[in-house]
Amino acid sequence: MISLTEFLVLAALLFGLGTAGIILNRKNLITLLMSVELILLAVNTNFIAFSHFLMNDTGQIFVFFVLTVAAAEAAIGLAILVVLYRRRGTIAVQNIDALKG
Amino acid sequence: MQNPLLWVALTIALLPLFGALVAGLVGKKIGKLWTHRIAITSMGVAFFLACYLFKVFIIDDHPLVEDSFYTWATAGLLRFDIAFLLDRLSVVMLVVVSFVSLMVHIYSIGYMWDDPGYQRFFSYVSLFTFSMLILVLANNFLLLFFGWEGVGLVSYLLIGFWFSRDAATFGSLKAFLVNRVGDMGFLLAIAATLMYFSSINYHDVFRQVPSLMNETLPLFPNYRVSVITTICILLFIGAMGKSAQVPLHVWLPESMEGPTPISALIHAATMVTAGIYMVARMSPLFEFSQTSLTLILIIGGTTALFMGFLAITQYDIKRVIAYSTLSQLGYMAVALGASAYDAAIFHLITHAFFKALLFLAAGSVIMALHHEQDMRKMGGLASYLPITYLTFVIGTLALCAIPPFSGFYSKDIIIEAVKLSQIPGAGYAYFCVLVGAFITPVYMFRALFMTFHTNDRVDLHIRDKIKEPSWVVWLPLILLAIPSIFVGQMLINKMLFDNPKLLGDAILVLPQHDVINQIATDYTGAKLMALQAGTTLAFWLAIAGIITAWFFTAYRPVWSQILKQRFAWIYAILVRKYGFDDFNQIVLVHGTQEVGDLCYEVSDVKLIDGVVVNGSGRCIRWLAQNARLLQTGYIYHYALAMVLGVLGFLIWYVMG
Repeated sequence: MISLTEFLVLAALLFGLGTAGIILNRKNLITLLMSVELILLAVNTNFIAFSHFLMNDTGQIFVFFVLTVAAAEAAIGLAILVVLYRRRGTIAVQNIDALKG
Repeated sequence: MQNPLLWVALTIALLPLFGALVAGLVGKKIGKLWTHRIAITSMGVAFFLACYLFKVFIIDDHPLVEDSFYTWATAGLLRFDIAFLLDRLSVVMLVVVSFVSLMVHIYSIGYMWDDPGYQRFFSYVSLFTFSMLILVLANNFLLLFFGWEGVGLVSYLLIGFWFSRDAATFGSLKAFLVNRVGDMGFLLAIAATLMYFSSINYHDVFRQVPSLMNETLPLFPNYRVSVITTICILLFIGAMGKSAQVPLHVWLPESMEGPTPISALIHAATMVTAGIYMVARMSPLFEFSQTSLTLILIIGGTTALFMGFLAITQYDIKRVIAYSTLSQLGYMAVALGASAYDAAIFHLITHAFFKALLFLAAGSVIMALHHEQDMRKMGGLASYLPITYLTFVIGTLALCAIPPFSGFYSKDIIIEAVKLSQIPGAGYAYFCVLVGAFITPVYMFRALFMTFHTNDRVDLHIRDKIKEPSWVVWLPLILLAIPSIFVGQMLINKMLFDNPKLLGDAILVLPQHDVINQIATDYTGAKLMALQAGTTLAFWLAIAGIITAWFFTAYRPVWSQILKQRFAWIYAILVRKYGFDDFNQIVLVHGTQEVGDLCYEVSDVKLIDGVVVNGSGRCIRWLAQNARLLQTGYIYHYALAMVLGVLGFLIWYVMG
């Protein structure tokens, strides 16, 4: 039987991977979006694990919401990415520094 | 307000104010003639009312009257009243002030007629009289201070009357500033009075004096001084400013830049006597502080003697008289210090008459010579200006204490009083006034000989036109000459030896200080006193002074040149006025400028402009320039910051 701890560790690993992806990634904006998805999935894993072990379905309902939001976010994010590429000709993260002081 | 006498006093005070307002506000519209008619009429009525009060209080022996017209402010237990005190002292001062002021008003018609500021002049003179009358009539320190400041302000306006002249503006500013130094002392004295006596009414204060005799206050840590002495010395510092005692005398010679009638008014009856009057008025305070009496004796003696020396080297006729005023004020101060307040007021009265006379006579000479004041360009004027000459001689004889002129009585009494005084410092003051009795005739007769005798040194084209000025000029001279001759013998009995004295209980003298009483045992009457003048040292010193002056200016003028060369260093000291002016100029004026420059360079330019204003701007710019480097614009930097932040909060949460 897999205990709650394993799920949580997995979620934490996923979350850490996502965060690391955001921070370390210098090249591609798409990787960034993927990292965000990874973080959301880590959260989803937590939701489901807790929902299962606490016998409460509310968590699973929330996962649907999160997935929907993640899908919408991915769609908007990709759309922005396309526009960005058209305007600047690059989607490398290190070149996007319009806010540089 | 029950007593009609106070309304009379109020009228006396307000009439000159009315004259001043009319002359100042509508003077140009009503013309010169009506300006002086209104001003002189109100002054004349004031004088007659003052005479009436004199009759009521002195001759009919009315007790003192005191009441408030209006309460200006109340703060807790304190009341600041516009209130008058009518007693023998204030009434005597009223008569003297209003009389001399009236004479000066009349004289000014002649002296100022051609001046474009005619109306302004009358306005100032009347305002000046108003301030002085308020000063005399006040029954509390604050109203006294009002008059005091009013006199100071108008003297500033009058000395700087010809404001287009540099010397006049300089002189007026100097008078104003030096008087502020004295006023500082006076203000502190009022504050101390208020603190310890909880009242600023004269009689409330005087009543409490004996109970506060042993009270002390900590001036410095671990150093306590008597309250009464502190108040007295502070008051006297105020008096030093107004009455031009060393070292605050420097403004008085400078104030000669004003028109001559003003010199007569300021230096004879009003402003300079304010300090003397104030100390006499405060006699119940000063009597209980021997230390301050000693201080007054020493300062007064120094002024009496050393200012007299300065007059010898002056060539400006008005300045000679100005220095003689300083010297005479020194005599009055010495009398105050010796607790002979009656004698001080007596000398104040006689001095008011003969000094006003001398100034106005000098003004008459100056007018006749078309505003020439240098005695080296005068000489032999006696035949041209007989009335002026005669009155000038009377004034000079009175000033030099030659019997039976009025100055003789008052000055002789002062010298006697100091001789008998047991207060420490009296020995020095006695020496000073005695030598002063020799110096006074030296410089006065020097001026007399240089102006009216000796060779004619007047410019040729002026000489033919010299004539006696009109009656408005010589009438005041004669009216002032009469009291200059007679007032001494008329008043000496009543002022000093009668019981009660002329000033009655307005003056308090402790029995152990009462030198006048000691003199009274030898006193045999005014006429005998004049006849016995030959037995006093002062008289022979005066005669010796006259002979000296005659010898060096008229008989052998060349000898004075020889003396001047032989004792060049003494002459240099005298011409430089002991360096008081140089000291003030270099140390105070220049020092202030240096401090100002220093403050400008260090605190203003460097501290305020450099550090505070520009520095804060520069600091913020530096901060912003460095802070903008934080904004890299890279998303992953922001993400890292966010994660670290969350981590930080998390650790804080878990640990805390």
